Amino acid sequence: MGAISIELLLASLMVASTPILLAAIGELVVEKSGVLNLGVEGMMITGAICGFAVAVETGSPFLGFVGAALGGATLSVIFAVLTQYLLSNQVATGLALTLFGLGFSALIGQGYVGIKPPAIGSVNLGILSDIPFVGPVLFSHDVTVYVALALVAAVWAFLKFSRAGLILRAVGESHEAAHALGYKVVRIRFLAILFGGACAGLGGAYLSLVRVPQWTEGMTAGAGWIALALVVFGAWKPWRVLLGAYLFGGVTVLQLNLQAAGLKVPVELLSMSPYLITILVLVIMSADRRRAALNAPAALGRVFHAST
Amino acid sequence: MSFEPAQTPLLLLEGLTKAYPGVVANDQVGFSIAPGEIHALLGENGAGKSTLVKTIYGLVKPDAGRMELHGEAYMPAKPSEARRRGVAMVFQHFSLFEALDVAENIALGMEDPPPRRDLSERIRSVSEEYGLPLDPSRRVGDLSVGERQRVEIIRCLLQNPKLLIMDEPTSVLTPQEVDMLFTTLRTLSAEGTAILYISHKLDEIRSLCDAATVLRHGKVVGDCIPRETSARAMAELMVGATLQTPARAAGTRGEVLLEARGLSLPSERQFGTALKSIQMQVRSGEILGIGGVAGNGQDELLDVLSGESRAPAGTLFFEGQDIAALGPRQRRAMGLLTAPEERLGHAAAPDMSLVENAMLTGDPRMSLVRNGMLDWPKTREFAKKIIADFDVRTPGSHVAARALSGGNLQKFVIGREVLQNPRALVVNQPTWGVDAAAAAAIRQALLDLAEQGTALIVISQDLEEILEIADNFAALNEGRLTEPRPAAGLSLEEIGLMMGGAHDMDTAHHAEA
Repeated sequence: MGAISIELLLASLMVASTPILLAAIGELVVEKSGVLNLGVEGMMITGAICGFAVAVETGSPFLGFVGAALGGATLSVIFAVLTQYLLSNQVATGLALTLFGLGFSALIGQGYVGIKPPAIGSVNLGILSDIPFVGPVLFSHDVTVYVALALVAAVWAFLKFSRAGLILRAVGESHEAAHALGYKVVRIRFLAILFGGACAGLGGAYLSLVRVPQWTEGMTAGAGWIALALVVFGAWKPWRVLLGAYLFGGVTVLQLNLQAAGLKVPVELLSMSPYLITILVLVIMSADRRRAALNAPAALGRVFHAST
Repeated sequence: MSFEPAQTPLLLLEGLTKAYPGVVANDQVGFSIAPGEIHALLGENGAGKSTLVKTIYGLVKPDAGRMELHGEAYMPAKPSEARRRGVAMVFQHFSLFEALDVAENIALGMEDPPPRRDLSERIRSVSEEYGLPLDPSRRVGDLSVGERQRVEIIRCLLQNPKLLIMDEPTSVLTPQEVDMLFTTLRTLSAEGTAILYISHKLDEIRSLCDAATVLRHGKVVGDCIPRETSARAMAELMVGATLQTPARAAGTRGEVLLEARGLSLPSERQFGTALKSIQMQVRSGEILGIGGVAGNGQDELLDVLSGESRAPAGTLFFEGQDIAALGPRQRRAMGLLTAPEERLGHAAAPDMSLVENAMLTGDPRMSLVRNGMLDWPKTREFAKKIIADFDVRTPGSHVAARALSGGNLQKFVIGREVLQNPRALVVNQPTWGVDAAAAAAIRQALLDLAEQGTALIVISQDLEEILEIADNFAALNEGRLTEPRPAAGLSLEEIGLMMGGAHDMDTAHHAEA
C-alpha cells in the first residue's frame, strides 16, 4: 500500500469520474422530465468519436467538445422523435439507440485508430494550484472537470429554484396534469432529451480526448450504463449523483493502483469492485424505499399521448 | 331559457359542435351564464359535459359554434389564454402533482407567479378569507382529498376569475366538507363570480344552483330552475327514461361468514394508509356498507380481504376458518370474491379480451380449467352470460377490456363476480362512473345476492348508495373502522361525524404509524 500516493489518487479520481458524471447529470434531467433514455451508452460513444474526429481535424480540443455535444444531441434527436412523436416504447428505443451508436461510432472511427488527439492543457489557477496537497488534488485539472462540477450545481439550482425547472419536474410527475394546465409536454421532454444527449456526448469526448486519450472501438465499455445506474441509485438527486460518480471513479483508480502495486487479490475481483461498491453504497443510502420512491418521477417511461 | 339574465351574459355559447370519430360529443350546444350565477350542467356519463367545459377552458377546439365572454368574441386556443380572460377550472380528476408541495402546485397553475415567499403569503390570506385552511409548504401527496381540492380552488381564486368551472367537485367530500365548499361558492357568487357547476348529485344542485342546463347525447335537452324542480324530474330528463328504484325483499340473516378481529396492517402503497385494529363481522344475507373519504384505507382493506396483502395470523376468518395465510385464489375457491375499485389494471387486464378477463377471476370457482388446460368454450359461455345479464354494451366478448367505456367495464367486472355465486363478496365503489340506470341495475344485483344468502361488503364514497342498499353502516377514517350501526335511520349528520368530517380542518393526515 505504501506505493500508492493519496495525492495522486485523489487527483486522478476527479478525472476518472468526469465522463460518467457528465453523462449521469444529463440523464438525470431527462428522467426528471419523465423520459427513460437507455441510449446513454450509444450517445456517449458517438460523442467520443465525434469529439475525437473534430479535435483531430481542427486541432482544437475545444471544438472537439462542441462537436461531441452536437454528435450526442443529434443521436438523441432520433430517440426524441421516435418516442415523443411516434410514441414508440422508450426502453426498446433506448436499447436500439445504444446498439446503433456503438456500430455507427465504429464506422466513423475506422480512420482514427492509433492517432493521438491534440492535448488539452490544465487551467492555470495561479496561486491555488500551488497550495500543497490541495493544489494538485483540486486545482490542477483541465477545464472540463470544472465544467462538469459547475453543471451539477447548475442542474441542482435549475431543478430546485427556477420556474422552468419546476415545470420540468411537473411534466415528469404527471404529464396529464401538466397538459391540462397547458404546458407543452412533448416540447419540454424533447429539449430535456437533447440536453441529455449533449451531456452524454461531452462525457464520451472526455474519455477519448483526455482520459485515455485515443480512439478505440467500444471504448466507453459500459460507462453509459453506470451513468444510468447512478441516476437511479442516486435517487434523482444531483449531489448524490456526484457522490456516486466520485465513488465509482475513486474505486476505479484505487483498484488500478492496487493492481499495479501487485496486491494478492484476483484481478477480476479488483476490476469488478467499482461497480459493486458504488451500487452497494447508493442502495444503502436509498434503503428507505418509500422516500426514494417519492423522489422518482412518477411518469418515468410512460408514453404521453394528448387525447385532445 | 327560463332564467333571464338582467344584463349582458357573462358567457354566451351558441351552436357549439365537436365530433370525435364515431361520436358527436357536443351537438349545437348553446346557453348563457349571467355574472354571479351558479349554473349547473347536468347529464349522464358520456353526455358531453366534459367536452363542453374543456372547450370553454381552451383544451378542446370545437368544430363549429361560437362563444362570447362579456359580449366579446371568445375562443381560447389554450388554457393560459382562458385563464387570462378570467376563466378558471377545478378538475374532476385533480390536476395536481403529488410529489410537489402546495405552493409549487399553485405556482404551476398561474401565468405569472410571484416569488415563493409572497405566494405563500397570498395563499394564506386567500385561504383564510374563504374559509379553506391550507398550509403552503405541505406535500400534496400527504393531503386528504378535500384538502387537495382546496389547493385547486385556491389556485383558481388567486387569479380573480370571472367564471369558475367545477367538474364534479363533491364526489369525494364528506357532507361537512361539502357544506364548507358550498359556503365558499356562495361567497364567490355574491362577489360576482359566476360558477359553472357540473354534477349528477341532484340534491346538491337543488340547494346550490340558480339555473341548470341538461345535456343528453351531446344535445341540450332542457333547462330548469333546480329549486323549483324535483330531483326525480331532473334525473328523468338526464336519462330520458323513467327510473327504477332498487327494491329488496326482507332477507334472513344467517351465520357469521366473514370476520376480522383486531386486524392491523401497514400499507404497501405509496401515500397509503395503514389499517388499525379493524373489527367487523358480516353475516350471511347481510350488506355492510363502508363509507369514508377516499384514501382512508379503502384500498388497503380490499387488498387484505382479497388476499393481495396478507393479514397477521388470527385476525381474519371466513366461515370460522383462519384465512390470513391464504392467497387470492384459495380464497376465491372458498367463495370469498372481491371486485376492486380500479377497473383497468386491477379488476381487469386492459389489453386482454373479456373472455380472458372472465377466465382470470372466474377459474377457481367456475372450474374453467380442466387437467391444467384452459376450457375456452366454457369460459366464452361465462363471458357471454355476464355480457347478457349485465347489459354490457360491447361488440362481442373478444374485444379488449380497454376498449370498453368505464361504465360498461364496471358492469362487466361486477357481473363477473356476482355470477360466480359467491359466499361473500367485497366490492369497492361498485357504481363509480356508471350512469344512473346501470347503477340501479348493479345495486339491484347486489341486493339480490344478499337475498340469496351472500354476505356483502360494499365500500363506497357515495353515501346515498350505501344508505340505499346497506343493512349496517361503518366508516373508515385514517385506517380505523367505526363500530357498524344499522343504516336505517342514520342521518347524514351522524354519518359525517362517523367519517370524521369535522377532524379534517387542519389536523395532520399522515398514514404511517
